[in-house]
Amino acid sequence: MNRRNFIQSGALLSGGLLISFTILKANKLAALADTADLNVFAPNAFLNIGTDNSISVYLSHVEMGQGIWTTLPMLIADELDVDLKKINIKHGGADKAFNHVIYGAQITGGSSTTWSEFDRYRNAGATARTLLLQTAATRSGIAVESCKTEDGFVIAGSKRYTYGELANDAAKLPVPAKVPLRSPADWKYIGKGSKRMDARVKTDGTAKFGLDIQFPGLLTAVVAHAPVFGGKVKSFDAGKAKAVPGVREVVQIPTGVAVIADHFWAAQQGRKALQITWAHGAGVQLNTGIQTAAYRKLAASDGLLVQEKGDVKAAFTKAVKTISAEYVFPYLAHAPMEPLNCTVKIENDSCEIWTGTQLPGGEQAAAAKILGFKPEQVKVNIPFLGGGFGRRATPACDFVSEAVHIAKASGRPVKMVWTREDDMKSGFYRPFYVHNVKIGVDKDGLPIVWNHNIAGQSIMADAAVLFGPPPAIDDTTVEGVKGSPYLDEIPNHFVGLHTTKEVVPVLWYRSVGGTHTAFVMETLIDQLAHDAGIDPVEYRRGLFKNHSRHLAALNLVAEKGNWNRTLAPGRFKGIAVHEAFGSVVAIIAEVSVEKGVTKVHQVDCAIECGLAVNPDGVKAQMESGIIFSISMAMYGELTFVNGELQQNNFYDYRITRMYEAPRINVYIVDSKEKMGGAGECAVPPTAPAVTNAIFAATGKRIYNLPIVNNRLEKQA
Amino acid sequence: MIAITINGKQLEVAADPDMPLLWVIRDLLGLTGTKFGCGVAQCGACTVHLNGEAVRSCVTKVSRAAGQQVTTIEGLSKLNDHALQIAWAELDVPQCGYCQSGQLMSAAVLLRENPNPTDQDIDDAMSGNICRCGTYPRIRLAIHKAAELQREGAKS
Repeated sequence: MNRRNFIQSGALLSGGLLISFTILKANKLAALADTADLNVFAPNAFLNIGTDNSISVYLSHVEMGQGIWTTLPMLIADELDVDLKKINIKHGGADKAFNHVIYGAQITGGSSTTWSEFDRYRNAGATARTLLLQTAATRSGIAVESCKTEDGFVIAGSKRYTYGELANDAAKLPVPAKVPLRSPADWKYIGKGSKRMDARVKTDGTAKFGLDIQFPGLLTAVVAHAPVFGGKVKSFDAGKAKAVPGVREVVQIPTGVAVIADHFWAAQQGRKALQITWAHGAGVQLNTGIQTAAYRKLAASDGLLVQEKGDVKAAFTKAVKTISAEYVFPYLAHAPMEPLNCTVKIENDSCEIWTGTQLPGGEQAAAAKILGFKPEQVKVNIPFLGGGFGRRATPACDFVSEAVHIAKASGRPVKMVWTREDDMKSGFYRPFYVHNVKIGVDKDGLPIVWNHNIAGQSIMADAAVLFGPPPAIDDTTVEGVKGSPYLDEIPNHFVGLHTTKEVVPVLWYRSVGGTHTAFVMETLIDQLAHDAGIDPVEYRRGLFKNHSRHLAALNLVAEKGNWNRTLAPGRFKGIAVHEAFGSVVAIIAEVSVEKGVTKVHQVDCAIECGLAVNPDGVKAQMESGIIFSISMAMYGELTFVNGELQQNNFYDYRITRMYEAPRINVYIVDSKEKMGGAGECAVPPTAPAVTNAIFAATGKRIYNLPIVNNRLEKQA
Repeated sequence: MIAITINGKQLEVAADPDMPLLWVIRDLLGLTGTKFGCGVAQCGACTVHLNGEAVRSCVTKVSRAAGQQVTTIEGLSKLNDHALQIAWAELDVPQCGYCQSGQLMSAAVLLRENPNPTDQDIDDAMSGNICRCGTYPRIRLAIHKAAELQREGAKS
């Protein structure tokens, strides 16, 4: 690294100590690789200690609810030996320095922030602490081994220096290639946790989200989009729109017609007054009914090989019984509470953007390309994200690009605001999938052969702009079936993939493949257990005999959730277990079905995630994932008629509400295993645990989500 | 000009009488704590108090607030010390935080009218507010906690 540049930029920024850190070699999508062997130095800034004693931590990942605003600073606080509450926390903005240590690009996703930054952030804190100790040793003449830190001070003999007093001199020292990390015995925060550092600003209205950006001269834009994907503006008349008081301008952009006004309401009124003729294109052929039939046909045949073992054909002749199942999963919208929005201000040779994004570097590059700028001419400011769930990690950079086009076309600073309907209809959905599975069992009811085909669009194909053209097998479609611990135990199996193409753009959705693969695997295993007359927990224990983490999660939830408890009349329980993002989550759901209406009363959850850096944060993410999954399973569905999306807003795309929220108990396995994720991991097993409980209640298996589309009668 | 009192301050705003109160509060008065979530009274992110009652400001015309008292999240307490705000932070309720202004404003009316709400009361009062992060179990606990704080004499 260029130490001189580093010091200069550090001094310029802070008049203090700006800490570089070990950046781990980018290795795109080498998910969960061991990060310890990948040391390469690069200049960067995660931590800034000012001569005024201020301590600022810059976040390489963004806060969208998952709690990294607290967890990442905790890592530094422990190594730097400071009070977490004294740290100023800031999003880092778009910078290659903040690239994901595994994924390469700057991205918040894959439930990866804590485990991927665990070494980098601790090293940033430890490097600062080491340099401060050396500086104090030099200044006091006392051997560095005899100096120690104590909550923001270096103690050198009788001297007691604040970090700020030492910062300027510390910044002049060479950065050691390797610094010692503190012993876990010295951790005050890691493994114990902390209250959220963003809780207070999120209770008094002061937390700023993208939609809250305001400055003099800023106008608001809303956009009329084509009602069908791929549609284009044929012609439009802006006369009536321009007559609306407050409307300043109407401009055509590649994705539609934008109305720019003094405030949102005028812009919205203006949009209503627009008269646009659209050229719909081939998208009008999309009908959910036709799509379902086509995918069912496709999935009934063997697709491109994903994974196989043994002789599937021969094994079916030996099976004492076979079962077949076909599953249909709809498109889903992420629907974060803050509708997508982006503010753009373009000057002669620079551009400034304010937006809640999980992909700051991607947005920067996209904006630069539209404007003919270099990426460094575009500054990306990241306020809090009002939810993400994957939708704010769109490699196509759709909403930021649209806002940049509006600002460019109008020559004005604009805040582009999407209404809930715009957000719902904007695409980049969880794909529509069909699974077709045939299973053969032996005399003991154990599967000896499993043939499994999946049909659906490739998310990675729509992410090619960021990650390059995807391989023929898109893991995001098959993960959870591919690599299933159950398939490991089944001597003959085949997994095949049919990748489809549609006009609808698709995207990762909280827990990605696990949103559907876990549902198929966990409901089928439940069915096999029931058919064999074996308790579903016992049945899984047998199949998990070589998977200790699955067993640990299953056993903990069965014990703490008291699987064998006697339930109140009318209550029934179901179980499911799934591994995703390096963690295993086991769920027990307790439901009732009254007059065909399902209610989830209680959910017990156990997670095996290795070290839980912030245990209450892990619990909060389990609660969050469980309720997200209940929304998805119970109600989530987008449908198309002649290319037009039928859903509009929360009245026809329902989200779980308070009266439907179950009691939730979360247990964390005490584990020395490799650290995994938390943010998404409760989503996959919750939905199948709920429908397994519905089976217990009604005798009916659910093969089509959402649950509300199924007729459920209470068992007589 | 329309005269309204917002968080105790008497103001006159130049707005079309049909303009929703939400956009007057956010875009004309610059108080951004009140959020836009759905625009059709489905999610509750825009909840404010109109003469002490919880209303969805996205569907409330500003003319309805003329001469009336409006309280937004910025006016819920002076020092972020309403019993609910204290309980919210104590129990780490917020996640993304976007819906929480509305949740707090709905909960504040509940707690004023019913200082000792049951779970059923909470379900009834809070089911108009959507939280996509699923903070409902903690909201429920925090409302009980705030009721307790209030009983112990915390400011409300």
